[in-house]
Amino acid sequence: MILTNEQQAILDGSKGEVLAKVMKTMVRYGEAFGAEKLVPVTSDYNHLVTSFGLKMMTPVFDLMQQLIDAGAVSSQKFSVDPRPLDKDVPANFLQNFIFNNFMYSKQESYEKQLEKLGLKDDKAFTCTCYMDEVGNTPKMGDVLSWAESSAVVYANSVLGARCNRNSGIIDIMGSVVGYVPYFGLLTDEGRKASWIVEIKTTKKPEAQLLGSAIGMKVMEAVPYVKGLDKWLGTELDDGVRTYLKDFGAATASNGAVGLYHIENLTPEAVQLGDGLICENAQVYVIDDAELERVYKSYPVIWKNINAQPKLCFMGCPHMSLQQLKDWTDKVESGLKAAGNAKVVIPTVFTAAPNVLEEFEKTEYAARLKATGVITSYICPLMYMNNPLCGKMPVITSSNKLRTYTTARYYTDDEILMQITKGGNK
Amino acid sequence: MREFKGRVIAGGCVSAEALVSHGGLNTLASFQKALQFGDKNATCGDQNNPDLYGKQMAGKALCLPMTIGSTTGGLVLYCACAMKRQPACMLFSKPIDSLAAAGSVLADVWLDDVTMPVIDSLGDEFLDYVKDGMTVTVKENGIVCVD
Repeated sequence: MILTNEQQAILDGSKGEVLAKVMKTMVRYGEAFGAEKLVPVTSDYNHLVTSFGLKMMTPVFDLMQQLIDAGAVSSQKFSVDPRPLDKDVPANFLQNFIFNNFMYSKQESYEKQLEKLGLKDDKAFTCTCYMDEVGNTPKMGDVLSWAESSAVVYANSVLGARCNRNSGIIDIMGSVVGYVPYFGLLTDEGRKASWIVEIKTTKKPEAQLLGSAIGMKVMEAVPYVKGLDKWLGTELDDGVRTYLKDFGAATASNGAVGLYHIENLTPEAVQLGDGLICENAQVYVIDDAELERVYKSYPVIWKNINAQPKLCFMGCPHMSLQQLKDWTDKVESGLKAAGNAKVVIPTVFTAAPNVLEEFEKTEYAARLKATGVITSYICPLMYMNNPLCGKMPVITSSNKLRTYTTARYYTDDEILMQITKGGNK
Repeated sequence: MREFKGRVIAGGCVSAEALVSHGGLNTLASFQKALQFGDKNATCGDQNNPDLYGKQMAGKALCLPMTIGSTTGGLVLYCACAMKRQPACMLFSKPIDSLAAAGSVLADVWLDDVTMPVIDSLGDEFLDYVKDGMTVTVKENGIVCVD
């Protein structure tokens, strides 16, 4: 890798031993991918994946402390993934005991570290930092040092920013040193699609199911999706951005997609069209039968597959303001049709603290509360990682939550039916 | 015995018993329980990985195509190394992915007393040939011998 004089000086220790090791980490990371240079991080804010004070991550907290002690912190503020705990989310005594004594016992001290390292503000805990209400929205062409797979794929695809699928720790180190290695999704070549996905469904495909199908097929490759504009239109409005948020999270978690292009819709596809497609790109056709096949392929890892669900999570990734409003209407209608006053399964809708704050200002908030749905800022994944919670029959329409935990996936309509009317599918 | 040649991501020489995953290793799902609850053998907790689930990963020559899953993957691998519950080596059939690369580089740069050789690009044939229990020896310059 060819370094500038400034970069080489940092590597040689001109700014201290710790920053030299940070630079060495970024150089070695880039060399693993044949990067020939480091490029400046240009976004206003960074985003980190590590929000949770998991006891097992003590070595990470020790490393963070080394950065703090050496003054190796970034001038760039950051948002970070959601907090793992919220007393409003149902948990029994034993589950809480494990949360507080075994799992997240380092939460308080870690949050103090985050403040010292440059946390944007005490509400900046969300996986959807790019929402208008949160304010960490990169511009097209911005170079990022983010982690969090669902945020990275959104920033690359919907906003046209440039970011690799970085791991935690690499995210903050790139920001601290101010440079990231130039490879993969930072390059024009790396943003070209090696898969064409043709949508031939008879109705608008479920976002989380479509993303899952594409992720499992293309894995880490870039897909160029044709025919989806028929269902989504050509404007990136609130509803479409929400759809792409959920779609992208599923591509990233069910596969390892870091960037997708949607014909006539996402910014680079609008600008460059078929010019983004590699020669000899493979083709994947998705019709109703293919989506059904994918849905049926999901393993159900509940001990009793006929168990009555004890909890429902919506909002992995965190819900948008529009999504909260739409679901308020849906839950009310569902309950009315079923003749019920409140949801029949404890249900939690999760969203960014800033989004929930805005939601509370609307008339929808009181209406949703009246249905019995709980709103929270937590990360459902971190909740489900408690072994005692993992044994519970939990349902979700999040394909990310399904992939990483024991939660069982249902489509949005099926979830609505279950929480308002009850009974298994 | 067969010899394969890959690319060195983190150097070192080691000999260990093979543990093979034909699917991607979900690093968080595989290590979390073991690291959280003090399992020194690092028993794999990923129920979605039939090749590895319930098997000891610490001290094994972990042979795999790539890692998958959460972008916490690199730091989880770093934690496994810091807590001395890492595989003896990680041997990738494909070019390394960004999460595994991060974990191996972080361990190599920041942990003085840990060596975990990491070799990538060993090819599909490597993963077809190597089986659980075989002896794998990592030599200099990315040479991997399977016996």
